[in-house]
Amino acid sequence: MNARLRWRKFVSGFMLTMTGLCALVAVFILFFILGYLVFHGGKDINWAFFTKLPKPVGETGGGMANAIVGSAKLLLLASLIGVPIGFFGGMYLAEFSGSQVAFLVRYAADLLNGVPSIVIGIFAYAMLVLPFKHFSTFAGSFALCIMMIPITLRSTEEFLLGVPRELREGAMALGASKWRTIQSIVVPAAYRGIITAILLALARVAGETAPLLFTAFGNRFWSPGWNQPTASLPVVIFTYAVSPYEDWHRQAWAAGLVLLGLILVVNIVARVILSRGVRVPRS
Amino acid sequence: MQASARPLVSFNLATSGTGAAHREGSTSVPMRMTISNLNFFYGPKQTLFNISMGIAANKVTALIGPSGCGKSTLLRTLNRMHETVRGTRLEGEILLDGQNIFSQDVTLLRRRVGMVFQRPNPFPKSIFENVAYGARINGIKGSLADIVETSLRRAALWDEVKDHLHKSAYELSGGQQQRLCIARALAVDPEVLLLDEPCSALDPVSTAKIEELLVQLKESCTIVIVTHNMQQAARVSDFTAFLLVGELIEFRPTPHLFTTPGDPRTEAYITGRFG
Repeated sequence: MNARLRWRKFVSGFMLTMTGLCALVAVFILFFILGYLVFHGGKDINWAFFTKLPKPVGETGGGMANAIVGSAKLLLLASLIGVPIGFFGGMYLAEFSGSQVAFLVRYAADLLNGVPSIVIGIFAYAMLVLPFKHFSTFAGSFALCIMMIPITLRSTEEFLLGVPRELREGAMALGASKWRTIQSIVVPAAYRGIITAILLALARVAGETAPLLFTAFGNRFWSPGWNQPTASLPVVIFTYAVSPYEDWHRQAWAAGLVLLGLILVVNIVARVILSRGVRVPRS
Repeated sequence: MQASARPLVSFNLATSGTGAAHREGSTSVPMRMTISNLNFFYGPKQTLFNISMGIAANKVTALIGPSGCGKSTLLRTLNRMHETVRGTRLEGEILLDGQNIFSQDVTLLRRRVGMVFQRPNPFPKSIFENVAYGARINGIKGSLADIVETSLRRAALWDEVKDHLHKSAYELSGGQQQRLCIARALAVDPEVLLLDEPCSALDPVSTAKIEELLVQLKESCTIVIVTHNMQQAARVSDFTAFLLVGELIEFRPTPHLFTTPGDPRTEAYITGRFG
């Protein structure tokens, strides 16, 4: 075996080990975070955590019911506004617009997707907090909704474009109008992918803290309606983690575990939806 | 465009635009569709040059020619399917039963002129819903179950699928899927059925079934089939049009075209010297 061949074998073996190790590190980090959260937060998760309001400083116990409900309300309102806009916008790009318009909208959506979430928070603050002079669920939802629109729009577009041309032509050759074709053939063929993408978008914004810091703000109590400041899991984690109280630190870990658990569940549900049912051929 | 020689026709199938059934000549054949002076452009590029021909009622007309000769393009103009592609332009006239197809509502036209594509394209729905689709969207009255059964029978698929109509269409074989697509097209009772190389993705057994089916179907429907398979054209069609780089070279009754081609290019093609 000459030197050149030995060298090539060494490089090959070295690269294999390196790439394998890097892949292992990526997986390890996820499990490390999970393990760390379970270790620190696991013992503080109990019934009261999900059902009780926070206790005043100095008293131990209490829960985060208001933050869990607050997060749910924020996400619900954000989806109700953001998903339809993103969905129909994506549909316009995929089905109706000319290529130049599509290019511009797509580019804008990608830029919007890249805007740091804190900047979106400031924008929502300027739009919906300053004029009304108070924080609200609505302002927080608005910030999250801005983050959901480009994700939903781009993935709707992508999944609609993935529906083969043959299917559209098949419907149109039977006398279906353009809208009828989209509504009865194209969207049903793509809806699994679109729902998955929406769920992933939801999971992504569920953990956002920066846009909520000065929009939804926070609340030690229940937040009735949509026009009051509200607690949310990410902001509570942030507030508790930087506080000087040992008890709050443990609760922050527990809240982190709950948030990660919810996001994992949404992710798994999304994967299951995508993998089940009829496989539509992709063009 | 350059003036091209008139295509060779053995009798008056290449019409000159009245759209009425042809009376003159010893073999008079009623026309279902008439194409007159058709020029087709894709962007700046012209892909069909001054095509004039008739589609005889209740006959099978085959369009043959090498790849890129414009046979699929010509087929797709007949139900205005070319309009779904941006940047196309068309000059000339196409009549269906004497009426200009370009002045009609396109969805009504496509209901009368059905189409089957190169690759089977069933919808991601059940077998039943695939066939019922056209009837549903066109608001056709009557029992859907009857329409589905009749159409599947006409497409010679009923016996194979009658016990699992609610299974996904994707569970069928390629040949069955293509017959399902034919059934789907037949469900709206079209006057003309266009087939764009319907067998090119199928095995010989499935191909034979579909060819047999076409011969039966022409009793109730006018058929235009694009094929790159000359044997297929010879087997199933009554008239054959040979196209070459966008021009109609020869259009005659199939037996004549294959036994005594009138143009040296036709002869070269059908004897396999190019294509």
